[in-house]
Amino acid sequence: MGFDPVLAEQRFGYGLSPVAALAPPDSVAEMLARLNGPDEMDQRFPIEDYDGFEKRLAEAQTIWKDIRKARGTNRLDAEKKRLKLLKAEARQAYRDWAWSILMRRVWTRDGLRERLVAFWADHLTAQGKAGIMKRGTPPYIEAAIRPHVTGRFEDMLVAAVTSPLMVHYLDQERSVGPNSKVGKAKKGKLGLNENLAREVLELHTLGVGGPYKQADVRQLAELFTGLTYVPGQGRQFHVARAEPGAETVLGTHYGGGKARFSDIESALRDLARHPATARHLAEKLAVHFHSDAPPADLVAKLEARYLDTGGDLAAVTEALLTHPAAWDAERHNMRLPDEFISAAVRALAVPPEVYTAQMNPRKKEKFIMLMFQQPLIIMGQPWQQPQGPDGWEEGDETWLTPQGLASRMHWALKAPSALLDDLPDPRRFVETALGPTPPEPVRFAAHAAENKREGIALVLASPAFQRK
Amino acid sequence: MSKTDLNRRAFLGKAGLLGCSLAASPLMTPISLAAAPWDHRLVVIILRGGMDGLDVVRPVGDPNLTGLRRSLGQTPGLPLDGFYEMHPGLAPLHVLWQKQQLGFVQAVSTPYRDKRSHFDGQDLLEAGTSDPHRATSRDGWLNRMLQTVPGLTTETAYAVGHESMMLLSGAAAAANWSPDTELALSPQGARLAELIMHDDPAFHAAFMEAQMLIGLQSGAMPQGMSDADMMGAMAEMGEEGMMAESATNGRPAGIEAIAHFAAQRLREETRIAAFSIGGWDTHRAQGRGLERALGQLSKAILTLKSGLGRDWSKTAVVAMTEFGRTARENGTAGTDHGTGGAMLLAGGAVRGGRVYGQWPGLSEADLYARRDLMPTADVRGYAGWMMRDLFGLETSVIERSIFPGLDLGTSPQVIL
Repeated sequence: MGFDPVLAEQRFGYGLSPVAALAPPDSVAEMLARLNGPDEMDQRFPIEDYDGFEKRLAEAQTIWKDIRKARGTNRLDAEKKRLKLLKAEARQAYRDWAWSILMRRVWTRDGLRERLVAFWADHLTAQGKAGIMKRGTPPYIEAAIRPHVTGRFEDMLVAAVTSPLMVHYLDQERSVGPNSKVGKAKKGKLGLNENLAREVLELHTLGVGGPYKQADVRQLAELFTGLTYVPGQGRQFHVARAEPGAETVLGTHYGGGKARFSDIESALRDLARHPATARHLAEKLAVHFHSDAPPADLVAKLEARYLDTGGDLAAVTEALLTHPAAWDAERHNMRLPDEFISAAVRALAVPPEVYTAQMNPRKKEKFIMLMFQQPLIIMGQPWQQPQGPDGWEEGDETWLTPQGLASRMHWALKAPSALLDDLPDPRRFVETALGPTPPEPVRFAAHAAENKREGIALVLASPAFQRK
Repeated sequence: MSKTDLNRRAFLGKAGLLGCSLAASPLMTPISLAAAPWDHRLVVIILRGGMDGLDVVRPVGDPNLTGLRRSLGQTPGLPLDGFYEMHPGLAPLHVLWQKQQLGFVQAVSTPYRDKRSHFDGQDLLEAGTSDPHRATSRDGWLNRMLQTVPGLTTETAYAVGHESMMLLSGAAAAANWSPDTELALSPQGARLAELIMHDDPAFHAAFMEAQMLIGLQSGAMPQGMSDADMMGAMAEMGEEGMMAESATNGRPAGIEAIAHFAAQRLREETRIAAFSIGGWDTHRAQGRGLERALGQLSKAILTLKSGLGRDWSKTAVVAMTEFGRTARENGTAGTDHGTGGAMLLAGGAVRGGRVYGQWPGLSEADLYARRDLMPTADVRGYAGWMMRDLFGLETSVIERSIFPGLDLGTSPQVIL
């Protein structure tokens, strides 16, 4: 079986839309043309980039200074209130970004781009751990992931690993070379932290089965020293924190002279081009877009294309789409909760105004929490908060559980009528959501449901909708 | 147990007392929390499913009891005050009774009568109103109480899943998302749901297991079944469904984790906590089912006590249910939905060691509708007096804003 426009949206996008202007692509060439064309969604549904977000952190730093100065004076409460307001603004902006991310998926002609952004953001998971930083994930994705989904993996890797959010998330901000100037001055108080180095090798590049040893972790961690993050000032490289001397990672020497950020970058680029990384990423892509046990020749093709092109992700994506397995009629994977909700909102063509018309920031927050973020928790996928840097589990057995299914069905019963004033006719909806040839039992159920609400819920709950 | 029953209660459980209507999947346990400017603590535990007050607080002094109950109550109870005995499932709490930190109220109910639906009954219990249809506003009585005190903050936390407790502070308590929506999957919808899952083995397996666990069920619902019959049939499924709700999919560590979490928060700024325990819908084999549910309740209370430490002395726990059960044992060694029931009180702040309430008797003429224990007092009255005596709220505020239309009457003085 070859290219299929319905599968193109279901497997490589966020499903079908009833909107005529969002009709599926008619060929792989068209999919790639959309992907390699301009990013139509980032302007229409904006998300703060990391520089903008950093200004919030800088403001928080300023207020903290004012709070310290105000201790013991009657200005203290006013200063604390400023901080509280700043935090609330960031939290509210975070809900706006959540909506923008959803709307991009709903109103795009290029669902593949949104899927790739989500895939790579998950591969390079980073989260803030406290205060305003907790809101940093969308700006991080905007800055470090999205611009690179059709670029070279090494550029994405450098941008992500050295981004303030990742440096913060994986404790690089605390890591100091034991023999560095700072390390010697604060002997016993500051030292090496291997966290980022280990995850770069294990998760971001070579993979856990890759050819690295503990010594490589250690050496890479030493090489990373100097890389840090100062709230409000972004990523920094402090020579005084860098471990003196050269480091050897996978047999290659880096540095040796004055510590430089470019040595870190070189090591990351070498790791990105390593054959084990090619294999690791090929497997992950195949699992994500095909099945929990993808065909070996699909993985091999992705791996080869990656190596041939120096990790050109547009080329690797093309290799994926042009492999026959991409168009297997059988749909193996189950949509993750976040994908399920996005696809449902797309099938319902929920307009952006549903959110923007909410009366005030509090109402907006409540809306996002109740409609999406709390349901996602119940479904087991708290929004942008996987438990660790390894991101979300892909295996269907994690998601296709009684509780997982029940919670999705529950959402499907409740949310659509809360999102739309008029639900579509289920007899039409079954085709807008599943394509012109829905499975007969689902068509039957859509026609036999005793009311619209249940008809819509049954279509959304069907395996045909939940698989991709 | 027949598999032809439907229990939408378990699937579509209402959320926390504070009125947040993010209705529960059975594997999500909401815990409502509120901080307030006083020192006393109140913990409200909703016993979902309808606790059999006559088996929990057994009126062994009433000569009619044994005639009504053939098999129930055979296991020896623990002595309370001579007239009443306590179900042995509460044995872990007997020491609290002796310390006068455990008490009961017998023969109480909400104003809800006759339909005996879990859904309406629980709505009403949580809403604290006298009209089940007003309950659909999902504005809980605790929430209204909090609105009478300026500057309170509330949140709803959720215990989800089975491996790790994932807790989240809701940004907005007391939120409605679709108050007018009927949440149930109809029998027809449930049948169709099974149909659409049928050809996908993995989906079908998960769906069937979900049915078993939570009573999301289709099966052969006879055509033309009346609403009342359907309620009965749903209730039949209830025991398992409710257990799934309470025990987080058969993993009973859940309730301790929830109570522990609540206690931790109560030691900080939280002053009111509310959560629910299921498993009370004992239509069949009540002996086993009730013991299990009482075990959960005992664990919850003991966990609260140990977690609260010294603050236990300033704490009142009240456990209430949507209704009691039939005075007569039914044909499946259980009881069906009734009217008058019991409340449980615990904590260092309650005047324990006694059973409150006016005993109505169990002769045929004493029963409500010749079937159920006659309620002689309103659960809201006890809750209202607890709020007044713990927090110093005005009775007029309680009667007007929190429980509109309720006459508080004289204080039962359950708070020290």
